[in-house]
Amino acid sequence: MTEASANADGIAICSITIKLNGEPRTLEVYPWTTLLDMLREQLDLTGTKKGCDHGQCGACTVLLNGKRINACLTLAIMHDGAELTTIEGLASEDGLHPMQTAFVTHDAFQCGYCTPGQICSAIGMVAEGRAQSADDIREQMSGNLCRCGAYPNILAAIEAAMPETRNRVGVFEAGASADGHDGVREVKP
Amino acid sequence: MNPFSYARPTRIDEAISLFGPQSRYIAGGTNLLDLMKENVERPKQLIDITGLPLDSIEETADGGVRIGALVSNADLAWHALIERRYPLLAKAILAGASPQLRNMASTGGNLLQRTRCYYFYDSTVPCNKREPGTGCPARDGLNRMHAILGHSEQCIAVHPSDMCVALAALDAVVHVSGPQGERRVDFRDFHRLPGDEPERDNTLAEGELITAIELPAAGYAEHSAYLKLRDRASYAFALVSVAAALDIDGGVIRSARIALGGVAHKPWRDDAAEASLIGEAAEPPAFDRAAQLLLQGASGFEHNAFKIELARRAIKRALAEAARGTAA
Ligand SMILES: Cc1cc2nc3c(=O)[nH]c(=O)nc-3n(C[C@H](O)[C@H](O)[C@H](O)COP(=O)(O)OP(=O)(O)OC[C@H]3O[C@@H](n4cnc5c(N)ncnc54)[C@H](O)[C@@H]3O)c2cc1C
Ligand code: SF4
Ligand code: FES
Ligand code: FES
Repeated sequence: MTEASANADGIAICSITIKLNGEPRTLEVYPWTTLLDMLREQLDLTGTKKGCDHGQCGACTVLLNGKRINACLTLAIMHDGAELTTIEGLASEDGLHPMQTAFVTHDAFQCGYCTPGQICSAIGMVAEGRAQSADDIREQMSGNLCRCGAYPNILAAIEAAMPETRNRVGVFEAGASADGHDGVREVKP
Repeated sequence: MNPFSYARPTRIDEAISLFGPQSRYIAGGTNLLDLMKENVERPKQLIDITGLPLDSIEETADGGVRIGALVSNADLAWHALIERRYPLLAKAILAGASPQLRNMASTGGNLLQRTRCYYFYDSTVPCNKREPGTGCPARDGLNRMHAILGHSEQCIAVHPSDMCVALAALDAVVHVSGPQGERRVDFRDFHRLPGDEPERDNTLAEGELITAIELPAAGYAEHSAYLKLRDRASYAFALVSVAAALDIDGGVIRSARIALGGVAHKPWRDDAAEASLIGEAAEPPAFDRAAQLLLQGASGFEHNAFKIELARRAIKRALAEAARGTAA
């Protein structure tokens, strides 16, 4: 992180570099810019939704160094050097990510507002490697609320896409370090 | 959020010397940023401690475990050593918040999360914890989630953590580093009751940094249970929670630890209740007596008196579950 310039109060605007959906990006952010506001307001990546802005709904779920987090409760400035994947970064030349395809084929949404967060969260859950049963998935997806109540189809979509997603992302090894950089197999969304 | 300056030190002494009267440390940010958005916290400087070398989990010489303050709640709950030797701690952590939040939240930050009292969060109303001397609207207001034990005239808030309930039962020790040097704090002396100073949640001095949590060797891995009762099955704070840990030999209890969450300003323990179990058969009559002792002096308010009976039943159930053997 480097100080780029200062505003009238002498508070620095800082420059950070992150790998965003595979592309290195250098961005100028205020210390108080949340990761979510950086995505939506500065980069116009509005796929990541703001539901509550307080960690209570999961609509803002993104993958930071492969791990699912709530973008509304963290500061952009704290993630200089990180790898960030949002819903916009999941598809490839070969088409949609298997988790995205499964949400479409299982009709796993109504209004769609919670969907980007559900999909990123589900991919993060698969990488954690702890969900074995439908009940496990329900519990481990409880950080993503759906006001439309599409839960049965969300569950069905995730169950269907789990094997292929697991092949793609790998699974974190137990006891990985707090920042997700060490002790984990390479994780690609 | 109000404007603030930001620093990211890489050494512990550097972090401590940067701390001024309007500073806050930030780790996972999941509680601090939430409160800053509500104008409850208005720091002028954030000291990001995530660059400090405090993210490891190590065995100690006396058979315990030392957990760095920056280890995430998820990594802690899923660490092989913790799952095997301290399943009570793993279960308590996994009962809290959501997977996303547990990936962000740190061990140290979890201890220092503030109460979820609605009035504390609403900076337009009085609250003795937020602004000492202004009053406590919860006493005669919405107090369903509030305390039944250890509350004071000034404040009836509860500490919301699940992890801390297990740490209390396991007799953890908090390692602290500050302007005056390093010290160790027994878990039961870390958080405090509100008394006449509800603005103080704990016994940390200004600028002190939590560096680690140490667990003693005894993990009660054979006979422990964490029971959390709440308004929905997941992703909700506890109305009542119980961490129960027993050491049983031939059906007879040799030692017992019980901590309650969601009922007081700190995880609640009672020496007399725990002592009453020693030498007794691990059966309902002994559990009943322990529950009665733990809840001696409990008193509720308009919307939370139900918690007394709820806690009594929860204690008995958690002890019975622990006696049967730690669930897989
Ligand atoms: C929607 C929601 C639901 C939740 N549900 C639950 C639940 O059911 N159960 C539960 O237990 N918790 C729950 N939580 C709370 C969550 O566990 C805490 O917010 C989290 O543990 C705080 O850790 P953090 O690292 O993010 O702290 P931060 O927000 O970074 O910091 C919190 C406080 O601790 C201070 N601090 C942080 N680290 C240190 C340190 N090492 N030394 C000194 N000071 C430090 C900061 O200055 C700040 O004052 C929930 C949170 C949310 C938003
Ligand atoms: S219970 Fe405590 S935190 Fe809640 S309003 Fe009263 S003083 Fe404030
Ligand atoms: S917008 Fe982040 S959890 Fe709701
Ligand atoms: S599809 Fe509408 S909120 Fe989930």
